[in-house]
Amino acid sequence: MELVSLFITSFIVNNIIFMQFLGACPFLGVSKKIDTAAGMGIAVIFVITLASVITFIVHHAVLVNLGLEYLQTIVFILIIASLVQFVEMFLKKSAPGLYQALGIFLPLITTNCAVLGVAINNIVYEYEFIPSLVYSIGTSAGFLLAIVLFAGVRDKVDNADLPESLKGSAISLITAGLMSVAFLGFSGLQL
Amino acid sequence: MVIVKAVAVTGGLGVICGSLLAFAAKLFHIDTDQRIIDVRNALPGANCGACGYPGCDGLAEAIASGNAPVTACPVASSQAHEVIAEIMGTSAEDTEKKVAHVLCLGCDSLASKKYEHQGVKTCKAAAAIQGGNKSCNKGCLGFGDCVDVCAFDAIEIVDGIAVIDKEKCTACGMCIEECPKAVIEYVPYKNNVIVGCNNRDFGKAVKDVCKIGCIGCKICERNCEFDAIHVKENLAKVDYDKCTHCMVCVEKCPTKVIEGAITEKKQAM
Repeated sequence: MELVSLFITSFIVNNIIFMQFLGACPFLGVSKKIDTAAGMGIAVIFVITLASVITFIVHHAVLVNLGLEYLQTIVFILIIASLVQFVEMFLKKSAPGLYQALGIFLPLITTNCAVLGVAINNIVYEYEFIPSLVYSIGTSAGFLLAIVLFAGVRDKVDNADLPESLKGSAISLITAGLMSVAFLGFSGLQL
Repeated sequence: MVIVKAVAVTGGLGVICGSLLAFAAKLFHIDTDQRIIDVRNALPGANCGACGYPGCDGLAEAIASGNAPVTACPVASSQAHEVIAEIMGTSAEDTEKKVAHVLCLGCDSLASKKYEHQGVKTCKAAAAIQGGNKSCNKGCLGFGDCVDVCAFDAIEIVDGIAVIDKEKCTACGMCIEECPKAVIEYVPYKNNVIVGCNNRDFGKAVKDVCKIGCIGCKICERNCEFDAIHVKENLAKVDYDKCTHCMVCVEKCPTKVIEGAITEKKQAM
């Protein structure tokens, strides 16, 4: 039950984009079309889940044992970057279909702060292994939800009659802000 | 002592990750077509997307597999096109240059309107209401969605219809994709005789909505000595391979919907 509540919390209540404001760069950059947005979202789920498992292991097995917790950030970045590279190579060889679908998004994710954010949050919140896994999946699914919703709204907004000065990024940011306000409605949710 | 440990851990992890990646690169190595790499190197590398493929890598793959012409990159110089053609074993001239063309001549004075469009001034928005404010359901709406997407400044709205400058057009296909009425088509660059209509309705229906539409009367078909123009589904289409630019059809057309400069007649002959 606790795990379900953790999942819902990380998925909607503490949505990574609308509530924590992490990963806003791909959120704004790759949300012009719903299908590319969904591709990006799925790639993020894939990478965040893998990355948090490996960073969790490295943190507890190496950094804690040697008393080097302060190296967290740099070590995690190193691991995430190599992991994404590795995953890209692996997919290219063994799952060309998946690679075609995710390929162009994978390198973008290397520098996505949401990935690092989740890896570090897992440590900060002192989750055990299973809760940290659930937290990662929930958070990244929240990213998918947010980016797909946003792409849908943006599709409509692009065809609306806007004042010249609001066109493009300006209205996107306003839209994102309003969606964030809407997600505030979940913040009192008790599970 | 602490600093040594820190350096050892970060450095060690770096070395491990690096060697794992190097090993993985060997293990998961895929033989890519050498031509893809060569073509990719010959392309400008701007990743501008004007060719319609996702970046230069995407185009290189398409060229190497024969899905795109060697001159598909609008940014590359003609020398670069020759280099690519050499890699592919063809010559740049072999591939016929294409340009986008608006198959509609129904400017404001010739085509009637269904209603006055008061909403958002884009073709997409207008097309969502009853297929647009033109009485003709196939014609160019002239709000200039194509003008906005054209990266090469090749499209202009003249008297309510889009006109593409064929010298500037790079056949990137952005306008073709954008047009909600699907009235833009590729035509060979060399060809000047084009039927400027996209309406497949019967003659009377076309005549009611547009003074210059193709009414499918077949006069052009009967007069063509080269079997180069045919009326199909009430719409004349020029067979660009057979057309000799004799301009007979242009002269005979009762509605003057066949585009073609009569002055070019002699040169072409």
